[in-house]
Amino acid sequence: MLALADLRKSFLSPEGERVEIVNVPAFALAAGEQLALRGESGSGKTTFLNLIAGILAADSGRVSLDGVEMTALSESKRDRLRADKLGYIFQTFNLLQGYTVLENVVLGMSFGPRGADRAHAREVLRRVGLEHRLDHFPRQLSTGQQQRVAVARALANRPKLVLADEPTGNLDRKHARESLALIREVCREQDATLLLVSHDEEVLGQFETRKDFGEINRASVELPLK
Amino acid sequence: MTLPLIIYRSLRQHALSTFVTAAGIALACGLLMCVWMVKTQSQAAFTQTATGFDAVLGARGSKLQLVLNAIFHLEASPGNLAAADFEGIRRHPMVKTAIPIAVGDNLRGFRLVGTGPELFNVEYAPGKKFTLRAGGKLFAADAKEAVAGSFAAQRLKLKVGDKFRPFHGLAFDPKAEHADDFTVTGILAPTNTPVDRVIWIPLRGLQLMSGHDAKYATDVSAVLLQFRAPTAGFMLDTMINKQGTKMTMAYPVGAIIAELFGKIAWFDQVLALVAYLVALVAAGSVLASIYNSMSARRRDLAILRALGARRRTIFGAVLAEAAAIGALGAAAGFAVYFGLFAGVASVIRAQTGVVLDLGAKHPVLWICPLAMIGLCALGGIVPALKAYRTPVAETLAPVS
Repeated sequence: MLALADLRKSFLSPEGERVEIVNVPAFALAAGEQLALRGESGSGKTTFLNLIAGILAADSGRVSLDGVEMTALSESKRDRLRADKLGYIFQTFNLLQGYTVLENVVLGMSFGPRGADRAHAREVLRRVGLEHRLDHFPRQLSTGQQQRVAVARALANRPKLVLADEPTGNLDRKHARESLALIREVCREQDATLLLVSHDEEVLGQFETRKDFGEINRASVELPLK
Repeated sequence: MTLPLIIYRSLRQHALSTFVTAAGIALACGLLMCVWMVKTQSQAAFTQTATGFDAVLGARGSKLQLVLNAIFHLEASPGNLAAADFEGIRRHPMVKTAIPIAVGDNLRGFRLVGTGPELFNVEYAPGKKFTLRAGGKLFAADAKEAVAGSFAAQRLKLKVGDKFRPFHGLAFDPKAEHADDFTVTGILAPTNTPVDRVIWIPLRGLQLMSGHDAKYATDVSAVLLQFRAPTAGFMLDTMINKQGTKMTMAYPVGAIIAELFGKIAWFDQVLALVAYLVALVAAGSVLASIYNSMSARRRDLAILRALGARRRTIFGAVLAEAAAIGALGAAAGFAVYFGLFAGVASVIRAQTGVVLDLGAKHPVLWICPLAMIGLCALGGIVPALKAYRTPVAETLAPVS
């Protein structure tokens, strides 16, 4: 499903030095697999996910998603592939504050080849228990509910791969557990591969398969760059 | 559905700046359309008025003043014509109709014009003749009677059977009241011409008004002429204006007014320039309004990009939003246009009797709103480029 080879990304430090953040010689995930990557804050794991999602261009290397080499595509085609095959749950949810819950989810489907499907968006929101909050705006929801909107948006376009960046970082223990269970369950239902990164041992402990980000990333720089 | 949703939500999120910017555009658009329509319509209305007469004959002086005084009932008379001069032109074989008018008195600011009842037999526009409202009749040539134009009657609340005393001069002075009592015998139906603003009395009634100098009791202020053939105008023009020294003939009437508009064309140009500048400023305000809100929008744009929106989709959304603000403004511009135009038209009607048509169609009424939308879209290019360049990962979250 996902295969990476020699993926590298570096940034310029304020001193003008080029500092390598990501250096992953090889990494792969099979279809339907659920993997948790353990990484401390500043270890470059968000950068790693952004490279996979194609919202950040790699300096070199290859990212292959569902048999398509993303890194060889034009930016426009990469955008389309992301809209089609990828769901991204951000740590800060990144919901569109001016849009309703339903519109947030509908927009998550709009840019892919299948287009917006309001009925399916409603169904996914029902699945995450938000059928009574369709016309609410994110600011009118609790943090846990906002997180569930983010989950629904990431899964609404039936992605092949779901990336989750510290998805429970803003939730209390109880909600974090519930939320994580929901993400994993919905991914299983949709046969989506899940790649989650977190520094929270309790979150990581719920995964059968987990790895240290340091095991796959040879770069060892602490972010943010100082 | 996606693009309209993005535009709608963005406009809602920035409702205040959307409203202020659209209001500016509405003002610019309405102003532009109004300036254009008033200009073209008043020019057409003024030059087409008085098509019932070919020329105006008066004392030696300005042709324009003669036309304004005799046809539009504005301005003072340039002087008097002796009765013999009037008779001379009336008997001229090339002249079909010669109707004398005399001015110099008013009724509470509305001009009294002395003339013959034959004036009301002339078509004031092709196929249109003067008619009196029910219950009225024309004045008798030798009686102290009056027929009021519709606008004057409405403003002065005159009705058939009312009596009034005229005031001396063209401007109303309560102390200058004449001792003559006139009776209203009829009210003219509206003609939408300057005739509506006049109270018509018999020529002799004005000439012999108490207090007027008896020396000039047979003089007239001007003579309205119809010719038997178009060539008569050129021949009489040569005879009276070029070879003569005593009289002036304004011919053709429409051309004299067109000349006036030619002379004040610079004013139109200044107005148009101001309107264009307002339009440019309005388009600039769209640019500034969207550009200034870009830092607040960057996150939303980056989220949309992360969801798979292409750069050109984001570029198009911002451009379409600018055009949408332009379209909102242009739509509201019609309200501004109708309001302004109605105001200007009522002032022009009150001052000159010329009626401008609020419902008139003109290409400017679609060119201007479309151009405004285009200008706004152009104004949206700069913020759209900024949106196009929004870096997704950097905007969305701190690197970890």
